[in-house]
Amino acid sequence: MANLFTNLAGITSPNPFWLASAPPTNSGYQIMKAFDAGWGGAVWKTLGVPVVNVSSRYGALNYRDTRMMGLNNIELITDRPLKDNLKEIEEVKKYFPKHAVIASLMVETREQWHQIVKDAENAGADGLELNFGCPHGMCERGMGSAVGQEPHVLKTIVGWVKEVATTPVIVKLTPNITDITVPAVAASQGGGDAISLINTIQSLTGVDIDNFVPYPVVDGKSTHGGYCGPAVKPIALNMVKECARHPEVKIPISGIGGIENWRDAVEHILLGASSVQVCTAVMHYGFGIIREMVAGLEQYMDEKGFQTLDEMVGRAVPNVQNWENLNLKYKVVADINADKCIGCQLCYTACDDGAHQAIGLVEGSRVPEIIEENCVGCNLCSLVCPVEDCITMVRRDDGSEDLTWAERTAAGDIPNTFNDQRGGGVGHYVPEPKEGLKKN
Amino acid sequence: MPEYKRPKSPTEYAENFAPIHPLMNDTQAHYESSRCLFCYDAPCINACPTGIDIPLFIRQINSGNVTGAARTIYEANYFGHACGNVCPTEVLCEGACVYNHQDVKPIEIGRLQSYATDQVIRTDKQLFQPARPNGYKVAVIGAGPAGISCACELRMYGYEVDILEAKELPSGLTVYGVAPYKITNEEALEEMAWLEKQFGFCVYYKRPIKSRADLDQLEEQYDAIFLGIGLGNTRPMGLPGEELEGVWGATEFIEQLRLEQENAMAGQRVVVVGGGNTAMDAASESARMGAEVVGIAYRRSQAEMGAYPFEYELAKGAGVSAWFNAQPVAIHGESQVIGIRLVQTETVDGKVQQLPDSEFDLPCDMVILATGQEKQTSFLSQIHDLSLDKKGRIQVKADHQTDNPMYFAAGDAVNGGAEVVNAVAEGKKAARGIHDYLFLTKNN
Repeated sequence: MANLFTNLAGITSPNPFWLASAPPTNSGYQIMKAFDAGWGGAVWKTLGVPVVNVSSRYGALNYRDTRMMGLNNIELITDRPLKDNLKEIEEVKKYFPKHAVIASLMVETREQWHQIVKDAENAGADGLELNFGCPHGMCERGMGSAVGQEPHVLKTIVGWVKEVATTPVIVKLTPNITDITVPAVAASQGGGDAISLINTIQSLTGVDIDNFVPYPVVDGKSTHGGYCGPAVKPIALNMVKECARHPEVKIPISGIGGIENWRDAVEHILLGASSVQVCTAVMHYGFGIIREMVAGLEQYMDEKGFQTLDEMVGRAVPNVQNWENLNLKYKVVADINADKCIGCQLCYTACDDGAHQAIGLVEGSRVPEIIEENCVGCNLCSLVCPVEDCITMVRRDDGSEDLTWAERTAAGDIPNTFNDQRGGGVGHYVPEPKEGLKKN
Repeated sequence: MPEYKRPKSPTEYAENFAPIHPLMNDTQAHYESSRCLFCYDAPCINACPTGIDIPLFIRQINSGNVTGAARTIYEANYFGHACGNVCPTEVLCEGACVYNHQDVKPIEIGRLQSYATDQVIRTDKQLFQPARPNGYKVAVIGAGPAGISCACELRMYGYEVDILEAKELPSGLTVYGVAPYKITNEEALEEMAWLEKQFGFCVYYKRPIKSRADLDQLEEQYDAIFLGIGLGNTRPMGLPGEELEGVWGATEFIEQLRLEQENAMAGQRVVVVGGGNTAMDAASESARMGAEVVGIAYRRSQAEMGAYPFEYELAKGAGVSAWFNAQPVAIHGESQVIGIRLVQTETVDGKVQQLPDSEFDLPCDMVILATGQEKQTSFLSQIHDLSLDKKGRIQVKADHQTDNPMYFAAGDAVNGGAEVVNAVAEGKKAARGIHDYLFLTKNN
């Protein structure tokens, strides 16, 4: 039976599912309710000098019938007095001694950092998370992502915190940066015990096209917000992976970004996360989603034979390579299962307009056919196909050859002039331009 | 007790005849439109006689351009709203939806179509601008789907169009002949009023064209004449007792139901003769008017019925039962119907044969004959050179021109009786035929 016990740099919890520092962790009431529902930990809504917020605060990206595939917010850190939050931290810890309560912190001066670290730890926090990620509002005041974008400043502040901290320190990173590993390395070198990522991404979710104002609208004006939700998972996974495989990032990772079910969590864990943090999914569906997440993770671990999370963490990292190390000899082509095909011909039009003209129509039939010699194995048709397992990618090479770009480069066998005959598309079928006329 | 009680008020009538495809709300339309796959060379378009670009209008609904969606619909089909309601979508667009091939519910195209068109009608949105007058005048006989569709299209070419309608209301069978749970009078008439405003044709009601003198006048005043006259009354079967009170033709029964609504004549024990969609409608409507017993009597087997299976299901759902291989031979009664005599049949080599000594009587107070309508051959015979086929249908060329070059025709009078959507498609095609005739042929 899978054991979900989690240990991130010494912060322990009954399972790896933590609430991220955000509106769901604004109060002791919410966190009590969440732990009662089954959540393993919670990162308290960032503590600091209480702020003043605006109305409204959120904008969403809906995709067709899917609400909130992306969410952005312009809410700031806690607007509640520190003493109220500390009192509630203490109370939560009394009820849930084995759950992880982490205090997210954001202040300015060294003195303030020292004070708030001590206060949080005295209240019973199991760890600290330094909010160097918030990309809206607070960054205008030199905090949040303004720190996360300046590795030297970040390292200095981590140092301040470590001067007094007795509990593990997690450094929360902003994705609004070109290379995530730079602040990750700085956090590691500065003495941080773990990193958490990603915080939200600077964004506008849309524009009120009647009144010419982006969302969310505050009295006819708007400001960029921080983007999160299912839409950001791919970005988060990549950044988690980048940190996980960087040799100078020597501290564990708490994965954040687009996690709303067990599968998302497993993906984060396989790419290097030791715990995961969730916000948007809770803001959408409430704390009850934890039932599905825990059950799914346990089921997966049992089926895969994982006893502990440690066995899973980072299992997919070695399989992430630089492009130059991918096997150029590997060859897949699309295959349409005619029995399952419903004849929508989306694969045909996707391939013809958006790929390599490798799918043809058959007179008298709605089932398209793969023109295998034109197929580059890009996957597009299998991705647009609305039927489960109708288009599959079938391996065509025999697996005996392995040749990478790096190896070809070393052997001096790469195209290096504009019309080099070693270019991959040389000899590949391309229709005459004029054949594109009158096809619509 | 029967499922329905006799309606005594407009509210009760509306309840008994509640729309089977009610208007979608914004949320329904959003979720339903989200499901459309936007197929390439979409089968739903090919299944629509008017070729509406269905994936496009659904995508327009989904992206919040409902007006654009309505425009897409109306550019292909001037009866966009009526067709969204009354089309047998199960055998047309929705029947062709690729989702059917994975047993996924097809997109509710008809309802989405009505959703979009309803919004432009309700807000009186101007979508079309007739062309500048081209100097020609066309008379359209009949304000049904074929005639009005033809008139709209002609207006887009700049013709002056007068529609001459024998009855009091436009839209033909959409108001007079379709089952009320498919479209209400109000809905049908609102679309007609909207079209009249958009396209600016003139409709003259209670203006039947009957005589040679009427035709002479039209031929003199107009450059072309369009015949959208539909079919005539229910064809008599020649049964003894057919003249009794309580014996109705289906067309006439449905018409008075549409107009009189809860005050319409309806039976307590009703036998509907026939196996087509009109028979199903008349039976279902009788049940909804509170009849105790409604039975369909069809002279052939269930498999040979002309009605769409879903129409039969709908009738059964209203409490209608059916006798198959049962042919009427006489209707009983003094002045009022009291029963009908049927004989059992079997089909031999495609022909119906009566079985000896198999007659049986059914008591009833209403008999509805849904056995087909007459063609208006005596009127049509007054038009010079017009050819009819053996079944009395007007013969036309591909452009809907009759053998009298001045006359064009479409709809039920040409196709023998089809759907509203067929008449709309043909009427529009005929308008192009008229345009070609007047501008190309006649001018050269």
